[in-house]
Amino acid sequence: MIQSPHYSTIMLRNFIKLSIALLALMHLPAQAQMTITFSGSGRDLIPIAITSFPGEAALPVGLAQVVRSDLEHSGVFKIVDASAAAPVPTEAGQVNFADWKGRGAAYLALGSVTPAADGKLTARVHLMNIDGQGEKGAFAFTLAPALARVTAHKIADEIYERITGVKGFFNTKIAYVKKSGARYDLIVADYDGQNEQSALTSREPIISPEWSPDGSKLAYVSFENRKPQVWVHEIYTSRRTLVSNSKGSNSAPAWAPDSRTLAVTLTVSGQSQLYAIPSGGGEPRRLTSSSGIDTEPTYSPDGASIYFTSDRGGGPQIYRISAAGGDAKRVTFSGTYNVSPKVSPDGKTLAYVSREGGQFRVAILDLAAGGQEQKLTDTDKDESPSFAPNSKMILYATNVGGRGVLAMVSSDGQIKQRLSVGGADIREPAWGPQGK
Amino acid sequence: MKRLALLLACTAILAACSSTPKNQVPITEAGGGAPPSSGNTGPSTGNIQQVQAMTPDEELMQGQLAKRSIYFDLDSFVVKEEFRPIVEAHSAFMKRNQGRKVMIEGNTDERGSREYNLALGQKRAEAVKSMLRVMGVGETQLEAVSYGEERPKSTGHDESAWAENRRADIVYPIK
Repeated sequence: MIQSPHYSTIMLRNFIKLSIALLALMHLPAQAQMTITFSGSGRDLIPIAITSFPGEAALPVGLAQVVRSDLEHSGVFKIVDASAAAPVPTEAGQVNFADWKGRGAAYLALGSVTPAADGKLTARVHLMNIDGQGEKGAFAFTLAPALARVTAHKIADEIYERITGVKGFFNTKIAYVKKSGARYDLIVADYDGQNEQSALTSREPIISPEWSPDGSKLAYVSFENRKPQVWVHEIYTSRRTLVSNSKGSNSAPAWAPDSRTLAVTLTVSGQSQLYAIPSGGGEPRRLTSSSGIDTEPTYSPDGASIYFTSDRGGGPQIYRISAAGGDAKRVTFSGTYNVSPKVSPDGKTLAYVSREGGQFRVAILDLAAGGQEQKLTDTDKDESPSFAPNSKMILYATNVGGRGVLAMVSSDGQIKQRLSVGGADIREPAWGPQGK
Repeated sequence: MKRLALLLACTAILAACSSTPKNQVPITEAGGGAPPSSGNTGPSTGNIQQVQAMTPDEELMQGQLAKRSIYFDLDSFVVKEEFRPIVEAHSAFMKRNQGRKVMIEGNTDERGSREYNLALGQKRAEAVKSMLRVMGVGETQLEAVSYGEERPKSTGHDESAWAENRRADIVYPIK
């Protein structure tokens, strides 16, 4: 589809407005769309303008439009309207700093797309510091037209990192389970829900997908053999292996950071307990011996500890053990129901789901300070939190109108967003590692 | 389908010819005929009570054996007294049919973490399994698994729906 740059800007804005206003009334397109439903006012967002990139009409999707969408989802930036800029600057020397300052922009990204060898194209980008009246940086990517979306995500990552000093999360994948009628699909999509692909379809439930550290495999629980079993699935070769099929239930796979081991929950002892198995399948080694439920293991990024959910003290709380097993230390103390732990990739924060007064909300705990629990969300049926690779955003599932939807919240709770997928019931999201 | 019918017919013939009474269940006349008096125990007097030979699969469609769900209270994993007759009927059947493998599938309502609910459902399945073990059913015949919140009997979102979903099902897999 060819779109004039001006038209695409208007369309994006109108789409966001429409989505907010008519969410309950209209059927959204089948493709997932991220919609910002609420923004906290407690933090200043950096105003940035992204011009259209002359020449991008040769691509199946406009780069500038995707970059704007990414930065709008960043939790750091707000987009300044660049549609009135004429002529559109393509070189650093053409920027009228006063004009952009007048529009309220602190930064401006401009660029162009020109033909290169072998049917490829070159996208050049200049990042301008409007307040400092200078160029913050320039970079270029050579791309095949089919890689327009990935390239736009890489451009957004560059902009994000050059301004904030932190790596972006736009060139990442997420996995989730989509239920449509009696059918379950294990979906892999871009972080923003675009580019959805089904890796597995089944008439029996699929739960708990977890990415291998290199992003090439998913471990998950499938009920296709009429009981929960753990599979490892190479998503780009479609090769899958049944790695845990002990008597009873096999569930809750978690990858050790070295990829060689999976922590799983098995019930061979008559209770749900944690075990370690080789990630290619093999003999389980018992990690916990409690009188209650131990489940939902997740490794710390250094691989030294496993956080998990246990009801050994009554209600479910989060505990920590050494990855080799041994004595457990209790980690959460407020409330009577804390489940589904995940440690941020920087190791500083624990995210989990906390129930209070019948409402299930994403909460975090500062692991370094050993501190106070903080509730992040205002939705009430939250499940399965997982961190972006840069630890700045948390993806989770919640429920709107009886239907599962994906949502994101910044790790400081300030920015909340919702991902809508037309008609389907979405659950069990997992954010993949940093893309290459 | 034809093959299944043939299989059932063969099983029925075998069961009918069997000299052991393991597949025989007394049937009370629907017409309400007089029960045999206690004095009529001689070889040539008294009423004859008909016995109907049934295949194990037919048996599973009758009486308590036709009931497969044990319901649990909120946050409870104890088999309530009212469900004991169902578990007893199944334990007796399993002991008569030791070649039959049985799955006990635990379930929960939809609230909370899917994996934690899987573990809670497992507790319900294990409770029923333990009761069957105490009643003498062999360990190798039984497998307790959980569907957690994934297989609700009622898809509603209120207490009556949730109560229907807090259960353990006794399942005889088709071989």
